[in-house]
Amino acid sequence: MKSRILMFVFAFAVWCILTWVPDVQQLIAGGAVALIVSVVMGSMFVNRPHMLFNPIRVFYFLFWYVPVFIWELIRANFDVAYRVIHPGMPIKPGIVRLRTELKSDTGLTFLANSITLTPGTLTVDINRDDGVLYIHWINVVGTDPETTFREIGSRFEPMLKKIFEEDVVE
Amino acid sequence: MIDIIGMVFIGVGLSFDVLGCLGLVRLPDVYNRLQAATKCVTLGTCSILFGTFLVSGGFTETGFKALIAIVFLVLASPVAAHAVSRGAHRAGIKLWDRSVVDSYAEDKEGEA
Repeated sequence: MKSRILMFVFAFAVWCILTWVPDVQQLIAGGAVALIVSVVMGSMFVNRPHMLFNPIRVFYFLFWYVPVFIWELIRANFDVAYRVIHPGMPIKPGIVRLRTELKSDTGLTFLANSITLTPGTLTVDINRDDGVLYIHWINVVGTDPETTFREIGSRFEPMLKKIFEEDVVE
Repeated sequence: MIDIIGMVFIGVGLSFDVLGCLGLVRLPDVYNRLQAATKCVTLGTCSILFGTFLVSGGFTETGFKALIAIVFLVLASPVAAHAVSRGAHRAGIKLWDRSVVDSYAEDKEGEA
C-alpha cells in the first residue's frame, strides 16, 4: 500500500512537470492517470519504502554516487572518443565475469547501469543466484576475479552497498 | 551570457553524438558498437538537453521537459543496451574474431 501511494505521488509529480504550467483540467487528468498507474504498477515500485526516507542513504546517493557517476560518464566518453578516432583502433574486447556481493534488486540495477555508462564496459547479463555479472570489456586487462573487481567493480560497489543494502548504514 | 554557455553545451553534445555515430560505423561487432552508441549518445544527448534547458531560460515549460528527459534517458539507455547485447548473445551472434575471452559463452554451455 505504501508503495502504491509513493507511486501515485511520483507519477503525479512527473505529470505536473511534463505539463508545466499546470491548470485545473490538467491536474484532474493527471490525477486520474496517476491513479491508474499506481493501481496497476504500484506494487512493484519500491519494496522497501523505509530505505527511501533514510536521510543518510539519500545524502550518500546525491553527494557521493551522483558526482562520481557524472565524472565517470565524462571519462567514458573521452575514452570511447579516443578509441574511435585513433587510426589503429586500440581495442581488445572480450566478455569477463565480475563477482558482486550486492543482493538487492535496486543495488544490482544501479551497479549494472553504472558499469554500462563507465569507461569501456557494458553489462551483458546478470546471474543473481551466483552474484555474477557478465561484462563486455573493450580493453581486457585480465580475466581473474581480482583484476576485474579492481578495474571495474571497485569504483561503484562499495558505495552502492552502503546506499542500497541493509544493515550497513551508519 | 547564459545563452552562450547553453550553446557551448549544445555544441559539445553534438560533437559527442557525432563521435558516437562514428564509433557505430568503425567498431567491429555489435557489442563494441553498443559501447560507443550507449556512452557517447547518452552524454551527448544529455548535454544537448541541458543546453536547451539553459537557452530556454531555466525553469520554464521547455526547461522542465528537458530536465526530465535527461533523467529518463540516463535510466533507460543502459537498460536498452543491456537488453540488446543480451539478446544478441543469446541469439548466437559471435564476438569479433580478435576478441580475447568470452566467459559468458563458457558459462552458458553447461546450462544449455
